[in-house]
Amino acid sequence: MSDNLLEAIGVSKSFPGVKALSNVNLQLGRGEIHGLMGENGAGKSTLIKAITGVYPRDNGQILLDGVEIHPTSPLDAEALGISTVFQEVNLLNNLSVAENLAIGRQPTKKTGTLDWKKMNEDARRILQKFEIDIDVTELLGNYSIAIQQMVAIARALELDSKLLILDEPTSSLNLDEVEKLFKQMRRLKEEGHSIIFVTHFLDQVFEITDKITVLRNGEYVGLFNTADMTKMDLVSKLMGKEIDELHEFEKLSKEQKHKEHQEVLLETEKLGKNGYMAPIDIDIAKGDIVGLGGLLGSGRTEIAKMLFGLVHTDNGGLKIKGIHSKIRSPKQALMNQLALCPEDRKEESIIPDLSVKENIILALQVKQGWFKPLSAKKKEEIAQKYIDLLNIKTPSSEQAIKNLSGGNQQKVIVARWLATNPNVLIVDEPTRGIDVGAKTEIQKLLLKLSGEGMGVLFISSEIEEVVRCSNKVYILQDRKVVNELHDDQINEQQIMHAIAAKGDS
Amino acid sequence: MISAAKLGFSRRNLPIIATMTVFVVLYMIGGMTFRGFLTNRVFFNLLTDNAVLGITAVGMTFVIFTGGIDLSVASVVSTTAMIVAVMTQAGVPNLFVIICAILFGTLLGLVMGFIIHYFDAPAFIVTLSGQFFARGFGYILSLDSVPIQYDFYQKASSFGIRIGNGKLTLPAIILLVVIALGIFISKKTKLGRNIYALGGNEQSALLMGLPVGKTKIIVYTMSGFCASLAGFVYTFYTLSGYGLAAIGLEMDAIASAVIGGTLMTGGYGTIFGTLIGTLIQGVIKTIISFHGELSAYWIKIFVGGMLLSFILLQRVFVAGSGKRD
Repeated sequence: MSDNLLEAIGVSKSFPGVKALSNVNLQLGRGEIHGLMGENGAGKSTLIKAITGVYPRDNGQILLDGVEIHPTSPLDAEALGISTVFQEVNLLNNLSVAENLAIGRQPTKKTGTLDWKKMNEDARRILQKFEIDIDVTELLGNYSIAIQQMVAIARALELDSKLLILDEPTSSLNLDEVEKLFKQMRRLKEEGHSIIFVTHFLDQVFEITDKITVLRNGEYVGLFNTADMTKMDLVSKLMGKEIDELHEFEKLSKEQKHKEHQEVLLETEKLGKNGYMAPIDIDIAKGDIVGLGGLLGSGRTEIAKMLFGLVHTDNGGLKIKGIHSKIRSPKQALMNQLALCPEDRKEESIIPDLSVKENIILALQVKQGWFKPLSAKKKEEIAQKYIDLLNIKTPSSEQAIKNLSGGNQQKVIVARWLATNPNVLIVDEPTRGIDVGAKTEIQKLLLKLSGEGMGVLFISSEIEEVVRCSNKVYILQDRKVVNELHDDQINEQQIMHAIAAKGDS
Repeated sequence: MISAAKLGFSRRNLPIIATMTVFVVLYMIGGMTFRGFLTNRVFFNLLTDNAVLGITAVGMTFVIFTGGIDLSVASVVSTTAMIVAVMTQAGVPNLFVIICAILFGTLLGLVMGFIIHYFDAPAFIVTLSGQFFARGFGYILSLDSVPIQYDFYQKASSFGIRIGNGKLTLPAIILLVVIALGIFISKKTKLGRNIYALGGNEQSALLMGLPVGKTKIIVYTMSGFCASLAGFVYTFYTLSGYGLAAIGLEMDAIASAVIGGTLMTGGYGTIFGTLIGTLIQGVIKTIISFHGELSAYWIKIFVGGMLLSFILLQRVFVAGSGKRD
């Protein structure tokens, strides 16, 4: 019997036009939490999918307990003792929470029929471990992405497998929820299970993993002991170069934060919707990056939706450059030089089968009107401009967007909205689930755009990121704006205090 | 909190409540307008007259749950009746006739399911070819109407349990049994839940390790079985087989499902709703035949309007359901 639970030796996988993995190795010990790290497009997800049988591998060996395995589907891999939570939440919105936890292995009565009562009880017990107290008979689709993510993880943990693979499980969780997840992971580890943990969060990797495998551009960089590494070591391994960029970045943003008073681009006056969001008064001036701070469900996304006409407000109004305007649809928002990169990239942004180019020009074409099509040359020019500007990694502008990594897809979406030349750009979780490199690139881009006079509304669940970029932060609690912080007041402590403060006002 | 949960629950049941309301209202309109409408006789006739549609619609509903469609059912109904007629005429033992008749649709469904799954072919096209095949096969058996002269069918045709002045006939009994089975499968079995899962999101269902392919094949097989059973029941009314029978029944079956609250995109709906959807169409027919002066084509116009309003209602319903944290 081999010392390692799982071993991948020289695994390769190509897709049309892309070599996703070449000669990649992975060694996973028993009872080990193993970080799998890499930038977007490094091949993490592809490796996971090769291990779990979603794709067949082209070359190489995968050994489980020293025996070569060839799973042909996730179901097959499950039977071998490998259970997986894939990167995007993959559950069934049309079924109840309890059913999502149980389906495929539901409890049955003696007669062989389903035991709904037990299923619901089990679900409550399982979610209790994560301190989630929700109605398990309610449809999953009626809950937030974070809850859905926790349910997906809870489902995989219940399988009691030898190997649990978590592909970016924490990207939509808040700190509290991450802690609960880690508690469960540690418990599993003590029981002798092994876990492969894919993430972009450096802090989390250092907190929870024993070893780290780093991939870069589909190639194997190395296997490291977490305890022997510093954050800087890891970042340079990931990026493939020694960097002082983070420091440089801090400087850049500090300089920009102190600005003269500027023209107000967007201003709301008691804008709200009954039962959805209490009336808000916020303004975004030229060159502002306005952050929204608050816990999940505090109303961050709701504000974005109201501003962009996705939700019809029932009181108050808004002014654009001082002029009262009505925005009842995204099209009107677009015409008023607003842009929104939505929270859910997969469902609300990308058109998976269209090319990078087509995805980029989409919003611009809408703005221009369908009767004035952009010429082929113009389209190519625009696409190329943004591919270069945002450093989008794609073999060509004709590649279908679904073949790009998450971070690059996100850049395409940002490009789509930049192409419309907005005055105010609303970005909702633009850096969720993407790697350090792309994250820094996107943050820098936002700073650059605001430097050029654009107003940015920046929504993120990472406080650190909000602190780093914003010159004004609105604090939200229970769908109300409860506080407002400026320039020097903006630091992590202040924001956390403000969020935690009992705001009765 | 509790009240919110309760509200959420009733919101989920809104389509079926709306369907029930429409049924009751239509029934009341009939009752107030015509004498003799609110009798057991009319009610049981409603079950009897719509048994073929209802049985077919149960199979169809399962297919639609998965996000698919089965256009072959009407021609399977007609050709099954034709098989019964031709084989009976040829003197084949009745048990064997029944087995062949039921196997016809079931096997056709199985084959279509296989093709849809293994070749990842669009269900619309595959079942459309199934429809042409079944219809064509019926014509090959006979171009004319073939009478069924066999004791079993005569008896089946007149069998019934008297309840008041109404009669619970064999077709009605079979319909109720099929509905009950359908409800049981959809709510109480793993298969049923896998069917909903498949309709919710096929990719997710696959990644969750559910037997997607098997479920798909079973669903089309079930629909074929239901259509054949309906064809067999059809012979109790007509006592004959005819190649042009039951034209357009597949669309009525789809209408039953949709009026009953089933979403065409899959994942949502109930078998009980399909029963009510079928009965609503039946009540409209009954009212129009009681009226006596309106032509039968009005049935289609009313059913069409009904269908449209239910689709619109579903839109409103979907738009009205917001996410909760």
